[in-house]
Amino acid sequence: MKLKQLSVFLENKPGRLRELCAVLAENGINIITLSLADTEQFGILRLIVKKHDQAKELLEKNGFVAKLTDVVAVEVMDEPGGLSSILKIEEESGISVEYMYAFTIKSGEKAVLLFRFDDMDKAVDALQKAGLNILGSVELYQRAEG
Amino acid sequence: MHAQWNDRESLVHPTSAPDYMREEQLRTLQLQRLRAITKHTYDNQQLFRERMDERGVKPEDIQSLEDIRKLPFTRKTDLRDTYPYGLFAVPMNEVVRLHASSGTTGKPIVVAYTKEDIEVWNEVMVRTFACAGLHSGDIIQNAYGYGLFTGGLGAHYGAEALGATVIPISGGNSERQIMVMRDFGTTAICATPSYFLHLIEYAEKMGIDWDEIPLRVGVFGAEPWSDEMREYIEGKTGIKAYDIYGLSEIIGPGVGMACEKQQGLHIFEDHFMIEIVHPVTDQPMPDGEEGELIITTLSKKAMPVMRYRTHDITSIIAEPCECGRTIRRINRIARRSDDMFIIRGVNIFPSQIEAALLRIEQTLPHYQIVLTRDGGMDQMEVQVEVTAKTFSDTVRGVEAVHRQLSDAIAHILGIRVKLTLVEPNTIERSMGKAKRVLDQRS
Repeated sequence: MKLKQLSVFLENKPGRLRELCAVLAENGINIITLSLADTEQFGILRLIVKKHDQAKELLEKNGFVAKLTDVVAVEVMDEPGGLSSILKIEEESGISVEYMYAFTIKSGEKAVLLFRFDDMDKAVDALQKAGLNILGSVELYQRAEG
Repeated sequence: MHAQWNDRESLVHPTSAPDYMREEQLRTLQLQRLRAITKHTYDNQQLFRERMDERGVKPEDIQSLEDIRKLPFTRKTDLRDTYPYGLFAVPMNEVVRLHASSGTTGKPIVVAYTKEDIEVWNEVMVRTFACAGLHSGDIIQNAYGYGLFTGGLGAHYGAEALGATVIPISGGNSERQIMVMRDFGTTAICATPSYFLHLIEYAEKMGIDWDEIPLRVGVFGAEPWSDEMREYIEGKTGIKAYDIYGLSEIIGPGVGMACEKQQGLHIFEDHFMIEIVHPVTDQPMPDGEEGELIITTLSKKAMPVMRYRTHDITSIIAEPCECGRTIRRINRIARRSDDMFIIRGVNIFPSQIEAALLRIEQTLPHYQIVLTRDGGMDQMEVQVEVTAKTFSDTVRGVEAVHRQLSDAIAHILGIRVKLTLVEPNTIERSMGKAKRVLDQRS
């Protein structure tokens, strides 16, 4: 079970991130969570939004390069060791994390971890076998909206 | 149905006959015309007469084609200094048309044509189109700008003289260009290569497949471009892309043209005499060796231009072309001597950057070179637009693209320069000649 994540290339110059957010805001697109990877020269913004296809089209129309990538969302208890247990499962299966980020959901007890692995299918398989709760898009959006 | 001239390879378009003239016949004709034009210019163009007199050269001193070296050069500055009508060599009532350059750097230059000059122009344009295998029945979409620029009207009347159908769409309005191309059944387009690249991008955005468009020929010129760019255009659209050469100062488009063999450009030598000289020492260069192209108009009456310094760097291909044309060829003009800039002691031409970028697969050639001066040192930055294809969503992926491009440039130039990936559409698109270099040194 994989989720669509929207990735956007950002030039490292003032105002770009705000302009991007404005495009989404004007069109009523709510950001569920995001992460920004930055280097000296450029940034990559990764977004989870509900209407990802519409958001991609909007951003492209406004001159951004955007791409949809698969990620996997895993629900864990918001307590020490939550992330570590997942990393252990993947390590044992020989899978590497390309990047990840996390957010806690509104009820407060649980956290959602978003992962991009080098081998997505194998990773999902390993997590499912270990009995972890992998969220589909519907469940993720439900949790995000409380 | 009567046979069309291009039904068989052996049939030549009647207007193209001079392309196949016997060599000695061609040289005899050239000498005849050179002597006549030298006399006409000496008698009617003050600047030329003064310079000839200073050197003690008379028109009668031209006894052979090599004697052209006795004549003074004409430079672009001469056309500016005599603005607007100073080099005209016929009374104004014989001038039927004027054209002018855009004048982006200083005063524009004005060029003039008599009725006969226009006929010569139409003739060389018919021969140009014939080189690309075009004929009556073709639908030619002319996306060169109409107006003072010679490209628009030059290609327009040439296409009409050929007997083709012309769509005088001019430049700009990309969506309409593509719609017209598809709906009108355009078989050939005239445009600057950079504008056509823009159209390729646009068609992609509109979701139009090149299979829906019957286009088979592109006549691209008015700015230097590369073989890599030609291959890119041909691969992307399935058309055959031909390089056309011309200068407003000489006549406009129609000075030279690639044929179907696409190995250099044939020069219409019966009207334009070519020489190659060393750009600094002015010494004649042997065939095959690079130097600055010098052109003399052999037929133009209203404004003859003797030994014009084009600043275009090329070489003469003396070997006969497989296509059967006997007029000689020059190699593709990929750079101009005045395009050159020097970074850390290395001579750099924008076309080298383009070739490097195109060598890396998947890179659309939307790029810009920015020149700045930092502490008395010239610095250069290459900005390349990221595309949906080159953008991968990991930092590692983007950095790999950056490194690949940067390495390819360093490989060609021999020095490493700053390369920046920028967002799409941040580099200005041109409807006419592309501005590849942004000079911020002053």
